[in-house]
Amino acid sequence: MKLAFRIALRFLTSSKGQTVLIALGIAIGISVQIFIGSLIQGLQISLLDATIGNASHITINADEKNAPINDYTSIRATVTSNHSEIKNISPTLTRGAFIKVGDDVEQIVYRGFELIEADKIYKFSDALVEGTQLPEDNEILIGVDIAKDFDIRIGDTVEIITPEGDIYENKVVGTFDLKVSSINKSWVIGSLTTAQMLFGFTSDQVSAIEMQIDVPFDADVLSERMQKESGIDDILFNNWKADNEQLLSGLSGQSTSSYMIQVFVVISVVLGIASVLAITVLQKSRQIGILKAMGINDRLSSQIFLLQGLILGILGGIFGIILGLGLLWSFTKFALNPDGTPVVPIYINLSFIGLSGLIAVVASTVASIIPAIKSKKLSPIEVIKNG
Amino acid sequence: MDNNIIQLSQVNKIYGTQIKTQVLFDIDLGIKKNSFNGIIGASGSGKSTLLNIIGTLDKPTNGQVMINGVRSDQMKKDELAKLRNETIGFIFQFHYLLPEFTAFENVLMPHFIKGQKVDKKMDARAHEIMSLVGLEKVKNNLAGNMSGGQQQRTAIARALINNPSVILADEPTGNLDSETTEVIYDLLRDVNKQFGTTFIIITHDRRIAEKTDRIIEIKDGRIFNDFTRR
Repeated sequence: MKLAFRIALRFLTSSKGQTVLIALGIAIGISVQIFIGSLIQGLQISLLDATIGNASHITINADEKNAPINDYTSIRATVTSNHSEIKNISPTLTRGAFIKVGDDVEQIVYRGFELIEADKIYKFSDALVEGTQLPEDNEILIGVDIAKDFDIRIGDTVEIITPEGDIYENKVVGTFDLKVSSINKSWVIGSLTTAQMLFGFTSDQVSAIEMQIDVPFDADVLSERMQKESGIDDILFNNWKADNEQLLSGLSGQSTSSYMIQVFVVISVVLGIASVLAITVLQKSRQIGILKAMGINDRLSSQIFLLQGLILGILGGIFGIILGLGLLWSFTKFALNPDGTPVVPIYINLSFIGLSGLIAVVASTVASIIPAIKSKKLSPIEVIKNG
Repeated sequence: MDNNIIQLSQVNKIYGTQIKTQVLFDIDLGIKKNSFNGIIGASGSGKSTLLNIIGTLDKPTNGQVMINGVRSDQMKKDELAKLRNETIGFIFQFHYLLPEFTAFENVLMPHFIKGQKVDKKMDARAHEIMSLVGLEKVKNNLAGNMSGGQQQRTAIARALINNPSVILADEPTGNLDSETTEVIYDLLRDVNKQFGTTFIIITHDRRIAEKTDRIIEIKDGRIFNDFTRR
């Protein structure tokens, strides 16, 4: 093995130009694979983040529409203590209502939260356009679009009319932009206690409990388990996946096409290396013939080419990773949105990059099997006779 | 018979499967230990085929080949490789060095193939052999950067390194000028005397052939003449 390695290395170093060319071929293939893979992963992560990053992954609702969840604190406590996967959990009371400014009345969605908890899910503080604080009792945040439509300013008092016809005055302490126009047009955010008072809920009742979990993709399995373990009949555990099937099928389609591209890139790399290495067997057949005449056995003669494949794979893998990272870096520098952020935020997944490097090594070793077999079959007499 | 290091009995060689060409006919040949033999013959007479069969690079179509008392025509490929590495040294007409390696590495290659490390003793032996063939000064040159004579001397040193019982040479001086040819033959003769190595040398050069102990002339695939000098 040591001698085979030594000969392989010498064969590679004696024709440096050719070696560099093959390694570069592998490197370009692997860099494209890393680039495409990372791009698609980044795209999916940013898409997912936009969809569910600031939303509930699993939501507990009452099984009857508009019915309250009773004794929410004990439900929350049980769920939290049973499932360490829960990252954030927040009760909410959401009801349709109307906002009245002067003579204008507009339908809104009144959302009462335990704001410190809900802020971890919805990031209201980051979304504040005007105002700096989250609302306290009898205070509200309104979407930027409502503020614009009704010309409402911070400090103004607006009237909230409940479906039952009760009217309450709330003070506007800020406006938010959650980047979704329908939310900006309809959401009014207040404290949970205010909402409970507005809509006639007791302090132990909410309309839903929302949570985020560590791995959003486990939401379906986890919600099912929570449902079973909860033992309460009149509440339902809903998950985001059930509500976003189209998005999920889009994502999986994208992943599949990305894998296809990667697979074909790797196949072309393998074929490229195999054909070049096959030619090097012809180039080196004289040397292999001499070595066989001097007594190297068939195993060693094939090891020489397998090791060449392995060395080229390692070289190509390293170059490929560097090149791939360079491509990603330049993509984040040159493919920009008008505001200077990258078109697609790149996600560097070290294990994916490591895997790509490994693929380079394995692919090029596999590619060297044919040349290795050729070398094994080469008879020294052919070389000696034909010169 | 017992004194023979190589014994061929009824060796035939036929090339081709559809159009058959018989190159060797019923060759019976014994080569004595420590002897210095020349094979002569016109080109196409079958002398190189004979040498390749003796050297186990080629197999006889039928007949027996014994080397050191063992039948080589029935050996497996790996056994043959080991036999070639340890028992036989080759010197070819076109040097056949590995151009990627230095002269010194080329000389040591059969030793590396044997799977052994180069210890002080081996290093000293390699240097001794290289100085014997007059290559001390160029030992670190790549094989491709040497003159034809130097390359051929490197090939001779390489053939000697594992201290083989037999050295087979196919026109080892065919490419060299007459002066170098003379030097090389004297060298081979020295090795034969000093180490007791058996030599079988194919040559076109009658003057060279006359320096051998025995001349075997091959004609049309048969031993035409076999003359031993006393």
